[in-house]
Amino acid sequence: MGKVSSLKKQPMPEQEPEKRIRNFDEVALGYGAGQVVSEAKRCLQCAKPGCVQGCPVGIDIPAFVKCIAEENFDGAIEVIKKKNNLPAICGRVCPYEDQCEKFCVLGKKGEPVGIGRLERFVADDERKKGMRVPEKANASSKKVAIVGSGPAGLTVAADLAKLGHDVIIYEALHKPGGVLVYGIPEFRLPKEIVGAEIEYVKQLGVVIQTDVVIGKTITIDELRGEFDAIFIGTGAGLPHFMNIPGENLCGIYSSNEFLIRTNLMRAYKFPEYDTPIKVGKKVAVVGAGNVAMDSARVALRLGAKDVFIVYRRSEKEMPARAEEIAHAKEEGIMFKVLTNPIRMVGDENGWVKKLECVRMKLGESDKTGRRRPIPIKGSKFALDADTVVVAIGQKPNPLIAKTTKGLRITEQGTIWADKNGKTSMEGIFAGGDITTGTATVIEAMGAGKRAAMAIHEYISQ
Amino acid sequence: MCRIVAKKELAPTVKSLTIDAPLIAKKARPGQFIIIRIDEKGERIPLTIADLDVLQGTITTIFLEVGKTTKHLGSLNDGDVLADLAGPLGKPTEIKKYGKVICVGGGVGVAPLYLEAKALKDAGNKVISIIGARTKELLILEKEMRRISDELYITTDDGSRGHHGFVTDVLQGLITKQKIDMVLAIGPTVMMKAVAKMTKNYNIKTIVSLNPIMVDGTGMCGTCRVTVGGETKFTCVDGPEFDAHLVDFEELMNRQRTYLEEEKVALERWERCHH
Ligand SMILES: Cc1cc2nc3c(=O)[nH]c(=O)nc-3n(C[C@H](O)[C@H](O)[C@H](O)COP(=O)(O)OP(=O)(O)OC[C@H]3O[C@@H](n4cnc5c(N)ncnc54)[C@H](O)[C@@H]3O)c2cc1C
Ligand SMILES: Cc1cc2nc3c(=O)[nH]c(=O)nc-3n(C[C@H](O)[C@H](O)[C@H](O)COP(=O)(O)OP(=O)(O)OC[C@H]3O[C@@H](n4cnc5c(N)ncnc54)[C@H](O)[C@@H]3O)c2cc1C
Ligand code: SF4
Ligand code: SF4
Ligand code: FES
Repeated sequence: MGKVSSLKKQPMPEQEPEKRIRNFDEVALGYGAGQVVSEAKRCLQCAKPGCVQGCPVGIDIPAFVKCIAEENFDGAIEVIKKKNNLPAICGRVCPYEDQCEKFCVLGKKGEPVGIGRLERFVADDERKKGMRVPEKANASSKKVAIVGSGPAGLTVAADLAKLGHDVIIYEALHKPGGVLVYGIPEFRLPKEIVGAEIEYVKQLGVVIQTDVVIGKTITIDELRGEFDAIFIGTGAGLPHFMNIPGENLCGIYSSNEFLIRTNLMRAYKFPEYDTPIKVGKKVAVVGAGNVAMDSARVALRLGAKDVFIVYRRSEKEMPARAEEIAHAKEEGIMFKVLTNPIRMVGDENGWVKKLECVRMKLGESDKTGRRRPIPIKGSKFALDADTVVVAIGQKPNPLIAKTTKGLRITEQGTIWADKNGKTSMEGIFAGGDITTGTATVIEAMGAGKRAAMAIHEYISQ
Repeated sequence: MCRIVAKKELAPTVKSLTIDAPLIAKKARPGQFIIIRIDEKGERIPLTIADLDVLQGTITTIFLEVGKTTKHLGSLNDGDVLADLAGPLGKPTEIKKYGKVICVGGGVGVAPLYLEAKALKDAGNKVISIIGARTKELLILEKEMRRISDELYITTDDGSRGHHGFVTDVLQGLITKQKIDMVLAIGPTVMMKAVAKMTKNYNIKTIVSLNPIMVDGTGMCGTCRVTVGGETKFTCVDGPEFDAHLVDFEELMNRQRTYLEEEKVALERWERCHH
């Protein structure tokens, strides 16, 4: 390892595509100890590191990378955990190419330091050895209720618990973790790892009550009477449908249903687990974001023969991460771009059998800077499909908005909050997807961190 | 974890479980439901809250053993625990004074009907009830329904008790004879469909409680979607009760059949292990 750093990242060992499409085991296997040190040594230890500004929770990246280069893995994780309570998760699912690594100086000439992969390694290393629980501040006698146990809620909870406050998380589902457990598939984020990081949050003293639907079992107004502050982190869990004819035929799933059945309910282990899922031979996934890629790759692992992504723009406009698109392609997923479904057609038993589509061309750029798709006249054609997954996005869950008078809601249906998570109601804070619409795990955690500080200030007055 | 505090057998395949759930008992209103999961490997299924006791902090649910999960549930006893119980979910029934109402219950649908009929009675309505079952052993809550109804009619498909035939036969007779302000029908989807068709001809406001397949029960998955008045609705949050004349029953029945093969596999597997 000389002075001149290699232009390329250490490659990530992965399961071979032919093998991995037959199991739900993790695709990326993680660096070995030698690789991780070589990768860390590529870092230039910049005096003004660009990388840090790209991390929504502000991890001291050069400091932890330096520890790794010195083979001090315990030191590295200690640096990370000052800012990030869920590093094994972020090291796997952060779109780091748009965050920390985007600002790494090495990225100008070659590939940036593999910051996410390094983070993953030391988090896994710590988990194998047994996690240490940090010291907590003295008990404060203040009580905070957190609604939703996704990354936003877990972050607020952990930070406030460390500051000595009494924290209870209320979660509607039977398992905590939000999208981390119900959405992101096992082969990208093993649930055992999510479980271990949640266990860490519990060891900080956080109580998690599952099966409590706030707005139904208990209302926000009732919580206000009992707690000094409330944080709402209920995410964007309401599925969009296309509202085209035939969409309620059998065999048509929202991506949420498809992923909840598979991940949360473990339908891929049916009948050992009770919840079924039905995947035919030809699966069409409508949409081209990360959720669509996840759905397509799940469908393949559930035994589909042909899986295709149906997307109305071209490949360039696909919102999914480049890495996910590459993984999907390696696994044999086909892409039907510039194609828009207009009707779903069923067989005599009411089961979907065809997607009627039109071909599209790209027109002028729209507000988002992407070129607008326009249908080509007379281009109607049919695609055979016996299973369809509609993965065209999610909206904020409206339950709390509907049951809480006085909470300001935006036109998009998100809860209005300032950058520190303060909502229009005294003592109520919010953050994560419920305030921004679908974003990323680490952005939800960043929002959680800022809200935790604001809550701490508010209740310490 | 929720403890079962009492179990009753109402008919050979119809059981009632009373479960410790103080938060839910405090909140629940007629027409709402719960989602339960028996154990770590179990599925989430919806069941209507058939009765509740705020002081004891318990709720009661009555169910028909039809497949793996309900049979498994029926094999549990007092003192056993369920892994999960969430609720109360869905919108409560709109209880107000309509005037003269007919409450139609088919099979285990009488269970959810009971609380609603009682609330309608308490709100000052004249309540005429029709309850039906395949055969007399499967008739449930007759005494309870009689107590809260101004008139009660019974039907069985095999004629073993009451009128020999369907609830709709009796309904037809009643609505041709007098002015009825509202009909509430809960039972198998085919029954609700038949009731809807009949009352539509007479232009009588009719409410049904739909039972599509559900997973989360909180509006996240869309499994429970039904077409009502040409629009897609999520039964778990927009319902479960809807205007019967607007519901696309064909689509609902179709979607209910999605997992017939898998349900058979699950049931056979369970019975192999438990008999
Ligand atoms: C399939 C999929 C793949 C994704 N992949 C990535 C990825 O690779 N990388 C990345 O960075 N981001 C990814 N995302 C986005 C990321 O997961 C989200 O931005 C993030 O989880 C948002 O966190 P949150 O805490 O705001 O909400 P969520 O994770 O949605 O958690 C909200 C929680 O609140 C609960 N809740 C809702 N309503 C109530 C209520 N009334 N009472 C009690 N509890 C309630 C929900 O059940 C849920 O558990 C993905 C999203 C999906 C759907
Ligand atoms: C809002 C609502 C309230 C209900 N209340 C009651 C009640 O009070 N008493 C009662 O006996 N039944 C009730 N049901 C129906 C009950 O949920 C099903 O009988 C039960 O899920 C069947 O599960 P199983 O494994 O025993 O049978 P399975 O063999 O799995 O299924 C038998 C049939 O039940 C339906 N079903 C299967 N899985 C589900 C599911 N996850 N959710 C809903 N339906 C499903 C399907 O149409 C299926 O064909 C209600 C349903 C809904 C939606
Ligand atoms: S948490 Fe995400 S953005 Fe921050 S350093 Fe780690 S990988 Fe990069
Ligand atoms: S910008 Fe890149 S090279 Fe510089 S400190 Fe950060 S990771 Fe190291
Ligand atoms: S059951 Fe999931 S949305 Fe209704």
